[in-house]
Amino acid sequence: MDTFRDKLVPVTSILAGVIVLWYVFAVILNAPFQRDLDTRANETPGAVEFIGKTLSQPKPTLPAPHQVAVNFFENTFLRPITSNRSLVYNAWVTLSSTLLGFAFGTALGIVIAVGIVHVATLDRSLMPWIIASQTIPILAVAPMIIVVLAAIGITGLIPKAMISTYLSFFPVTVGMVKGLRSPEIMHLDLMHTYNASRTQTFWKLRVPASVPFLFTSMKVAVAASLVGAIVGELPTGAVAGIGAKLLAGAYYSQSIDIWSALVAGSIVAALLVMVVGIAGRIVDRAMGGRPA
Amino acid sequence: MTGSSPAVVSASKLGLTFQTNDGPVQALSNVDLTIGKGEFVSLIGPSGCGKTTLLRVIADLEKPTSGMISVNGMTPEQAREKRAYGYVFQAAALFPWRTIERNVALPLEIMGLSKTEQAERIKRTLDLVNLTGFEKKYPWQLSGGMQQRASIARALAFDADLLLMDEPFGALDEIVRDHLNEQLLQLWGRTNKTICFVTHSIPEAVYLSTRIVVMSPRPGRVSDIIESTLPKERPLDIRETPEFLAIAARVRDGLRAGHSYDD
Repeated sequence: MDTFRDKLVPVTSILAGVIVLWYVFAVILNAPFQRDLDTRANETPGAVEFIGKTLSQPKPTLPAPHQVAVNFFENTFLRPITSNRSLVYNAWVTLSSTLLGFAFGTALGIVIAVGIVHVATLDRSLMPWIIASQTIPILAVAPMIIVVLAAIGITGLIPKAMISTYLSFFPVTVGMVKGLRSPEIMHLDLMHTYNASRTQTFWKLRVPASVPFLFTSMKVAVAASLVGAIVGELPTGAVAGIGAKLLAGAYYSQSIDIWSALVAGSIVAALLVMVVGIAGRIVDRAMGGRPA
Repeated sequence: MTGSSPAVVSASKLGLTFQTNDGPVQALSNVDLTIGKGEFVSLIGPSGCGKTTLLRVIADLEKPTSGMISVNGMTPEQAREKRAYGYVFQAAALFPWRTIERNVALPLEIMGLSKTEQAERIKRTLDLVNLTGFEKKYPWQLSGGMQQRASIARALAFDADLLLMDEPFGALDEIVRDHLNEQLLQLWGRTNKTICFVTHSIPEAVYLSTRIVVMSPRPGRVSDIIESTLPKERPLDIRETPEFLAIAARVRDGLRAGHSYDD
């Protein structure tokens, strides 16, 4: 309970600070357009009225927090979740490809890590390519993946998931290489004195030793996976998903829509990271971890 | 030396030179040593005298660069493949994700023993080190001394006749150490194993051993071998007897003769 309160106070004060700053900037950024409107309408509002107007524009440069909150609430709770304007529906579309891509990415990352740890040639040849793969901007690669896969008849969930895979395998590979190499010399010597085979050393020592590293890297990977899914939705013709909402909002200058889609994306990301964290803690407890 | 009993470990002209960035380091030079069946042999000397290296050569964790060594009449590698010895490290080296009984089961799983055989041996060896009742605990729930006892149980579990121990009690406080020394002697008496024990404590070496091998550094070599005249039954207070102190004095002389006390 104390740890909860220890966390609650700093988190809420930061949040309050952010919201105050947000309002300040909303007024500053929306003021020029509001002044323009007032001049054309020959109005000279007082300061308070003017500020009120800057915070209630229909298409503001920077929407005020309460505008985003209202929009988010309406699109999350007041629409049927089957509606393509519902944030729940759009978040689900993005989430499904995120999860598929994350599953692929984690599996791929583990396979590559096992290869790197056990095959000296792969250790030398593969790692530079893997690092290079992450220096290519995903925004450049994503449309190509979508177009190429569409050309061979693969559309829908798979291409988006592949972009998530592309982003999420990397942290898992790096984490698992480190994890599989984490056993102490003494533990490896011990297995040697038992004349344990490489397979036995792998399953009984390397794999359990790598589990904490796996969960840490999966936290990074799941967030990267979500980014991949959103980016993957941008060139698909913007049918549905958080990425599609962002793109549609940009087309029609619906800045409030963009921001509430961003909020939805952040909430999904936070939930995903939290779920991976909780799973990690459950596994750690099952493996005899000392309670913190 | 002990001509009557068959040699478990036999080394002659054994040498090991490590190639380091600062040039070659002679960890072992011209080591002649025979350990007979049922003996309790201690290797004692200051750090850098090669006592741990010698133990690791016996265990096939290091390869000698010259000379001959055999373990149970085989090369160390063959002996290791036949699981001829149990090895106890300086730290308990238990797997933190396994309970005590699963840690003891580790070598048994690797050897492919049946579940019932495993359970029987776990029970027997945990009983031998007085850890009955702690089967389901994780290592962090045990004290340092108990952890090291669990690691001894693990080394005993697969019934190797030779036990190699590398300063197993070095990290423990003196009270726990006395207690474990006493228990180790009782265990040795009951199981009839051959034990090769590395230490840098003179009282520990004299108290435990039937023979004390004094080693000295630069290059690592055997400088003296002292036969203990103490009886097999050794209560802790044997350490105050003149006989005990005389042997300890001889060990100290051996260390001094090997320039172990030089700066």
